[in-house]
Amino acid sequence: MPGDALKDLADFIEEELEDAVSKYVFEKDELVVYTTAQNLDRVLHFLRDDKQTRFEVLVDITAVDYPERAERFEVVYTLLSLKQNHRIRLKLNAAEDTLIPTVTSIYSSAGWFEREVWDMYGIMFEGHPDLRRILTDYGFEGHPQRKDFPLTGYVELRYDEELKRVVYEPVKLTQDFRNFDYLSPWEGMTDVQLPGDEKATKPAHGWVPSKKGGHS
Amino acid sequence: MTQTETLDVEIAEETQIKPFTMNFGPQHPAAHGVLRLVLEMEGEVVERADPHIGLLHRGTEKLIEYKTYTQAVPYFDRLDYVAPMNQEHAFALATEKLLGITVPKRGQYIRILFAELGRILNHILNVTTYALDVGAITPSLWGFEEREKGMEFYERVCGARLHANYFRPGGVASDMPAGLAEDMMTWCEELPKFLDDLHTLLTDNRIFKQRTVDIGIVSSHEAMDLGFSGPMLRGSGIAWDLRKSQPYDSYEEMDFDIPVGKTGDCYARYLVRMEEMYQSIRIMKQCLQNMPKGDVKSNDYKVCPPPRAEMKASMEAMIHHFKLFTEGYHVPAGETYTAVEAPKGEFGVYLVSDGTNKPYRCRIRAPGFPHLAAFDFMSKGHQLADAVSIIGSLDIVFGEIDR
Repeated sequence: MPGDALKDLADFIEEELEDAVSKYVFEKDELVVYTTAQNLDRVLHFLRDDKQTRFEVLVDITAVDYPERAERFEVVYTLLSLKQNHRIRLKLNAAEDTLIPTVTSIYSSAGWFEREVWDMYGIMFEGHPDLRRILTDYGFEGHPQRKDFPLTGYVELRYDEELKRVVYEPVKLTQDFRNFDYLSPWEGMTDVQLPGDEKATKPAHGWVPSKKGGHS
Repeated sequence: MTQTETLDVEIAEETQIKPFTMNFGPQHPAAHGVLRLVLEMEGEVVERADPHIGLLHRGTEKLIEYKTYTQAVPYFDRLDYVAPMNQEHAFALATEKLLGITVPKRGQYIRILFAELGRILNHILNVTTYALDVGAITPSLWGFEEREKGMEFYERVCGARLHANYFRPGGVASDMPAGLAEDMMTWCEELPKFLDDLHTLLTDNRIFKQRTVDIGIVSSHEAMDLGFSGPMLRGSGIAWDLRKSQPYDSYEEMDFDIPVGKTGDCYARYLVRMEEMYQSIRIMKQCLQNMPKGDVKSNDYKVCPPPRAEMKASMEAMIHHFKLFTEGYHVPAGETYTAVEAPKGEFGVYLVSDGTNKPYRCRIRAPGFPHLAAFDFMSKGHQLADAVSIIGSLDIVFGEIDR
């Protein structure tokens, strides 16, 4: 369970930033505060400068992709207060075209973290002084951490002996990509009519045609 | 006379130094791996440094999303390959937090023992190669011998010198073999002698001090702003260590001190790392002396595989084993940010679980990343040779920065 000090802190933050903070929750006794892109600057300034919070270290900026949501990305800021010995997570939702104000003017460490989030997810940070790709190759296309980006990627490269240079080619897999789903080997068969099992109770929505090929 | 004067003026105009862009790396012995630095130089002085990283990017975070929790552990060895077990520690703690299981005391002590061993191995490598960068060869020749002895302990406990895969969610893979504790104790007794020798080689060395003192100064306020952690933060005068302030496993039972640097320069960071090694030896000794008896991993067979002997006799144990190494265990939906004090600083894992057997998202927060990001700030206005010195004091390993 979260400590009393952290609960007090959460109440204090909600009180002070009533209109900027939409809600707070405790995830495994860690404080998570939800805000919006418009209020981000204000919230971070407050968290950094107020005497009772003093979150002076920006530990991390990252994102999580939920493709099924209307605003698919969740941008996560992890802050640490050395004075109070507290951590806090700040979350905001973002669609693909949402512009999030950069926080490089509040925390210097944000520069590279935002570059990485841009590189990996394609989330734009407005006003960032140097928003270039950081981890991927020069001239890379796409944003690899998105859930719809395949694990194998789209291009591979090799050294061409004749051209005497590195060439890029579309990925050719010598073996099909296998993603074993050990989760539920039998659930896939619950509403399929198996040969010789005609006496089985028919599901309310009828039989589903059996899938060929096994693993997807 | 008039002629020479005009000549002088002409030369002065022509020889105006243009900013010079220099490429440093990616193959450079002082770049500590595959770092490409684009340096804008004003003569010998660095105007702007632009580190290009990602040359060792392997998509670890993406790969982990396609692997079960058990299969994800070895990826952590390959991040900071200088101190592999410390990375596994963060992932194991995060997974345990989501699972809500506790590790038996003996498992916790073994973890601390090997986490501290990892810290010593990391610092030996950093301090000695740092000395190599600034011109001293002997420390690295001596240091690697001691480091190899430490690696042997890794090998004896898990079978591998580097990629250990030893800390697992729920405990450690197996108990320590007979005789290992005694040998580690002997090593702990002997190591301070080596560290003292290292001190005599470097601490008062005139050249070493010329290359490190007052180089790359970071004030305590700047260190926080730049997101520093670990020895980089402590070198700047902030007494902050996760092992003390947010203790995990059984660190609260250990008696040790946190060295803090006063000056915030490369020399202070070197001194902090040296002292940390002595403190780590203290912790290791306490672990070995007070090592509790009992299990080394949780006896929840839904998470930790049952002992091999039991598997040969019990059908149920066999099924557990089979299920664990094919399907893996399901982690309840939730999320956590769990951090450990890795040798390089705060190593955090932000783990999002959706209730299946694979992590939905596994964000790895590497300490070296913000440290290298601050390189531009630290090297500005310094000479090129000092840039090398600063890189060495950052203690960067590209396995964790590029991920």
